[in-house]
This record gives sequence, C-alpha cells and structure tokens, in this order.
Amino acid sequence: MDFNSRYHRQIILPEIGEEGQKKLNAAKVLVIGAGGLGCPVLQYLSGAGIGTIGIIDFDVVETSNLHRQVLYGKNDVGTNKALAAKKRLSDLNPDIVINVYPEKLTVKNALTLFADHDIIVDGSDNFSTRYLVNDACIITGKPLVYGAIFKYQGQVSVFNYNNGPSYRCLFPEPPSAGTVPSCSEIGVIGVLPGIIGSFQANEVLKMILGIGEVLDGKLMMYDSLSTQFSTFSIQRVASQIESVLATAPRFEKNNYDLFCGVEYIQEISAEEAYQKEDVQYLDVREPHEYPKVDSLSPILIPLGTLENELHQLSKEKELIVFCQSGIRSKKALQILSQYGYTRIAHVKGGAIALNEFQTTKIE
Amino acid sequence: MQLTIKYFGMIAEATTMPEEQLQIEHCSVSELLEKLKIAHPKLNHMDFKVAVDQQLVQENYTITKEAEIALLPPFAGG
Repeated sequence: MDFNSRYHRQIILPEIGEEGQKKLNAAKVLVIGAGGLGCPVLQYLSGAGIGTIGIIDFDVVETSNLHRQVLYGKNDVGTNKALAAKKRLSDLNPDIVINVYPEKLTVKNALTLFADHDIIVDGSDNFSTRYLVNDACIITGKPLVYGAIFKYQGQVSVFNYNNGPSYRCLFPEPPSAGTVPSCSEIGVIGVLPGIIGSFQANEVLKMILGIGEVLDGKLMMYDSLSTQFSTFSIQRVASQIESVLATAPRFEKNNYDLFCGVEYIQEISAEEAYQKEDVQYLDVREPHEYPKVDSLSPILIPLGTLENELHQLSKEKELIVFCQSGIRSKKALQILSQYGYTRIAHVKGGAIALNEFQTTKIE
Repeated sequence: MQLTIKYFGMIAEATTMPEEQLQIEHCSVSELLEKLKIAHPKLNHMDFKVAVDQQLVQENYTITKEAEIALLPPFAGG
C-alpha cells in the first residue's frame, strides 16, 4: 500500500507518523447503523485507513435520508444501507476491508460480531439497540463510542473503556416507551448528526493511535443553536456492570424491546379471557393453589418450571396466562416472549377474577 | 444560595426555557426536584439524570453552595 500518498497529510503529523498509520491499518471497528451518525463515522474511518470496518444495518436508503446521510445518492434509494455504504466507501478507499451485515443487530448475532472487532461505534436510533449494544460491549469487553441526537442537540461519550462507566451507569433504565421521540417523528437538521458522528470518529482514532484524551467517564452535550459544549463526569457503577455480566450466559434470551417497553405486556380482563376461542390457557400457579379454573381446562405449569416445560405450549395458538392475582403471569409473559412466543396475554386479577366472573355469571 | 438550572433536550421543551435561576436554602437534589416539578408539572413524566457543577449525582446528594444544576435526558436519535 502506498502510505505516503493516500495518508500523507496525517502521517506528517508527528503524533501519528508511519507507526500510527500501521495501528490504524491493523484496527477493526464495527459501526452499528449506517444512518445519520454512521455515515460521517464511516466516511472518516475509511478515509483514515482503518484496516477492517464492519457495517451492520438492516434498513434501506430512503429519499428523506439524503439530507443528512452523506454517503448516499438518489440511485441508492431502496438499497440496503450497509451495501450502499460499502459501494461508496470502496471507492473512497479501496485499500481497506469492509465487511457488511445487511441485517438487524440482535441478541443472536451481537456477541460473535463484537468479539471480531476492537471498537464498537453506536450510531443506532432507538433505546432497545442502545441497551443491547451496551450490554454486548460489557460482555465482550469492547469499548463503545456512543453518540445520540435530539433535534438540535447531541450527546457523545466513550463507554466501557479502561474500566470506566458504561451506558447503564449513566442511564440504568430506559425511559418510558414513547416519551423520547425519534428523528423521524420530530425532525433533525442534517448537519447535527454530521457533527456528532465526526466526534465519534475522532474518539475512535484517538483510542487506536493512543493520542490525546479519550472522552471516557464523561458525557459531552452539544447544543448546535447556541454553539455550546458542556461536559459532565460520570462515575462507574460496579453493580450495573456486574448485573450485566451475571446475565451473560443467557444473553441470547434477553428481550430488549420488552425491556424498553417497545413490546407491551398484553393484559386482558377475566371476561375477555372467557370469550376467547381456540386458545391455550396456562395456569402458572403451584398445584396447591385455589380456586381452580377447570372450566378453561388450563395447562398447569408453575412459573418456576416454565422454562423447562415449554414443549407443552404451542406457538401457533394464542396463549392466555393467569396466576392467582396477575403478578406471576406478567413474569411468565416475559419468559415466553424471550423464547419467541408472540401471541400471548395475561389475565388481570388472575384466577380470583376469573372465578368471580364465572360466579356472577351463574348467579 | 443561588442555583442556575440548565435544561437539555426535551426537558427544555417541558420547562419552555433553556435555563433559570433559583434562590433556595440548602437542599437535597430530590427536594430541589420536588420544587421544580411543582413549577413545571411536565417534569413528572420525564426521565433524566441530574448533574451538580458538571458531576452526575444521585438524588440524595445535598447542594450546599451556589451551583450549576443540569437536567440531562437520554437521547435515542441517530
């Protein structure tokens, strides 16, 4: 590779030099999302000569993306973003390896994908993915370059770096679903993700080169209307990181959409439960609990053994779950949804409500 | 003591101002938030973290002197 022409302007910086260029060329960086943030990140990382770049995005280019997603043109509309980005970046720099994953990042593919890279850059646009990315970075021990935007403001940080804090140390719980709108709902000015994504790319380069100060343990807020930066220090919360590590063996069972409230707990009344036709009823109480609800002929599996008894339950038929009062049945729904059951609901008030409804009906 | 309260993102939309000044006696962060939620009821339904003088703090943290408080919401957009 002819380092001296392509990378000349950065190699003559004394902090980088040919040594630095070799480090960049040996690095492997995974970019989650090739959208508003991902485009500038990918453009500058490719330009700088990051040797291996992974791009994961399931989405396709739309005309409304073009005002900010600078890698794409009108001929890319309808093409998968990871593929369209690779086409542009291969022209920008044919000397690097670009691996594309035109699919959704999930609990199934995240750990393997992350393990193959040195640094993970989050350019996603929703909380489910952000928590998934954070947890997978903790489990695989990879630094996470975080960026996120809202209207005219942006946030940047580096998590999980040098024993520093993670995203969960800053925001342990996702906000209630629907309270934080997305760019497609409220709009975004094109240059903002350009600025925030460029900050993310800069953090990646500093980490690889070992120069300057990395933005770990800090959250940077940028307001593009007032052109003000504010930086806040964040402490590592060991319990947050430990609880993610504790769930590592069952990471693939996590349901981040449910955690972030994107999927709702479906709750029905006792009356609705009786009106259902062609469904399976599941009683998750212990065998000694009364009243029994024999009229619904429920399958009996106590909550504690549910995970081992799933073969008794069909995914084809809707599944109505109840317990004594409606607490355990909610937990059962979480377990079921982790195992891919989608047509599920639980009965508000549980067996007590079911029994009451039937008694009043008879009277 | 005088506090400067800075609002970010959708918090600033809920309070309809980017910042305000408040004259208040020594108080914990949660006591301060109670006051702010009375003045700006929409804050009751919002998720955010609090920083005192650019340090993220827990709600039991006591503010004892003039300080700059920031209410920081999570952003999702990309």
